[in-house]
Amino acid sequence: MRPPIDLADVCYAYGSGELARPVLRDVSLSVGPGEIVLLTGPSGSGKTTLLTLIGALRAMQAGSAAVLGQQLMGAREAERVGLRRRIGFIFQNHNLLGFLTARQNVAMTLELEPGTTEQDRLARAGAMLKAVGLGERADALPAKLSGGQRQRVAVARALVGGPGLVLADEPTAALDRQTGHEVMALLRDLAKQRGVPILMVTHDPRILDLADRVVAIEDGRVVTG
Amino acid sequence: MTLLEQEGRGSPPPATPPDAGRSPGPVAWKESEINRLPDLQPQPPQVVAADPRRGRVRASPAFILPVRLAWRQLRAGRTRLASAIAGVMFACVLVFMQLGFRSALFDSATNLPQAMRGELFLVHPLTQALFRTEAMPRSRAYQALAVPDVVSAVPIYFGQANWRNADNGRRRAVQLIGFDAEAGAVAFPGLAGLVDALKQPDTVAFDRRSRPEFGDVAGRLAREGPFEAELGSRRVTVVGTVELGPSFAADGNVVLSETNFRRVMTRRVASNADLIALRLRPGADVDAVKRQLAAALPGDVLVVTQAELVAWERRYWENGTAIGFIFAFGSIMGLIVGMVIVYQILFTDIATHLREYATLKAMGFSQGYLRRVVMGAALILALLGFLPGTLLSVGLYRLLAGATFLPLYMDPSRAAMVFLLIFGMCASAGLLAMRKLREADPADMF
Repeated sequence: MRPPIDLADVCYAYGSGELARPVLRDVSLSVGPGEIVLLTGPSGSGKTTLLTLIGALRAMQAGSAAVLGQQLMGAREAERVGLRRRIGFIFQNHNLLGFLTARQNVAMTLELEPGTTEQDRLARAGAMLKAVGLGERADALPAKLSGGQRQRVAVARALVGGPGLVLADEPTAALDRQTGHEVMALLRDLAKQRGVPILMVTHDPRILDLADRVVAIEDGRVVTG
Repeated sequence: MTLLEQEGRGSPPPATPPDAGRSPGPVAWKESEINRLPDLQPQPPQVVAADPRRGRVRASPAFILPVRLAWRQLRAGRTRLASAIAGVMFACVLVFMQLGFRSALFDSATNLPQAMRGELFLVHPLTQALFRTEAMPRSRAYQALAVPDVVSAVPIYFGQANWRNADNGRRRAVQLIGFDAEAGAVAFPGLAGLVDALKQPDTVAFDRRSRPEFGDVAGRLAREGPFEAELGSRRVTVVGTVELGPSFAADGNVVLSETNFRRVMTRRVASNADLIALRLRPGADVDAVKRQLAAALPGDVLVVTQAELVAWERRYWENGTAIGFIFAFGSIMGLIVGMVIVYQILFTDIATHLREYATLKAMGFSQGYLRRVVMGAALILALLGFLPGTLLSVGLYRLLAGATFLPLYMDPSRAAMVFLLIFGMCASAGLLAMRKLREADPADMF
């Protein structure tokens, strides 16, 4: 079976013609089921661009990228939107909708699933929040939650739909050591139990110990891993 | 410290399941519950990948969910919501006022034909409006009597003459309406009691709702009784008042008998009439009589019903003057102002939530879903602004109708039209604001 992420010779450049500035050069990367891979590297090394390509947030330019069985090279917008629904995204900033409660934010993900009822969605969202330790705060607005709590809501939102892959960008950057470690442990447990791979961009040395593999990128090339 | 201990601080202790303490690792997150969530199983890719577009259509009740999201977003910004509703309300009231005045003025312009009491009327085909008639031979009235169902034929004369304001001596043109008051072909309120008085030489009845520039005729009449006034080049006696009201064509009206009309309007050909009102035998078939008359009378007269006469007058003001255009223009201005306000609100809402919108796109919400959110917000604003705007307009109509004597009232068909206009206004604002959505790029989220 093909691994959940299978990249071969991916190249990407910003700008065009004379001004083209390559940020990824012949990147090949494979992530297996349940594997936790950290992407590290100096800023501007292209790791975030790689993450947005894998997340189908950006159109491919060259190479081959199969994510959850979907070839992204030449994929149509509708195919990319469809793939995004099967990926759980966790952003550096929680990006929760401020006018929705924690539970409603999490339930938004489930609105993308056909045939779910409102009751069903809210129940599943509530259960997921309980699982990340926020059962008591499910009906609070994001503004009333601490930074760590918000990031846990974001984790719940990414996981509630049962994604086949989790992509995260510095999810612990805004958190203190303790909370950051807890969020990471949460993700790791999911990956291990469900066989969901996690690809995470991070600078945070405190969480390196939780990874199966660390891939370092420099100047658009994979240097270790 | 575990997450659960953190949660417990300062709030009632959470319902810690008995197995929480047994969870391995530093974090006591509820592993058992994760295991029980069936949807946490990674989904086989082919389920959704089969056809992502079909999945999207069925993903949710396609309109209810975005509209609900729009409502929740609007509701969260109370001040912004209030100003948006006020903006739509303002546009709504403005359009209602413009259209209300327009129709009130057209209605008042048709006061005169509406006060007529006749089943059929004879007019000259070249007549544009009742104040701008082409005269026809008065003998057509007698010819009309040849049709058995016609009981009476009453000639009516229109003219303009100067009325001298007795208070300050200024002269101003007033419309004269000459007819035999006894024939009952015209029913102005107050006229019935003046029938005999108006038979006297050089007597007139004055329209008490005429503009104030003619002097306080009604007040003077009440204080002094009948008094002498100057009409054209004659001295006439004001014997009473009737009610008709000013229109575009006339600032004031004077009612007098046929004979007295000729005494004032000396240059008019005595054998010509401006309008002939026909009373029919009760129960007569109006259409049949109309056809008989049209066949019997020569081409210098047209036979019209009262409804046609009113429409004739109205059409002149609607098409022959700039009035219709002016009020339409006023309405459009109101709609544009309302559109700009709604656009501003929607645009600001999108701009301040750009990151959240981009997040939704990253989660797999389509551009179409977000468009429906914006459109939903626009339509919610249309509805929320229209309802109070209509109520306010009903109140304003009452207030203004009392102050101006113009026939202002809420007409259901006008309300429906204004709703469509406001709806269109908000929808166009939504379409404009949607362009901002393109800036919500999920690739910028990382």
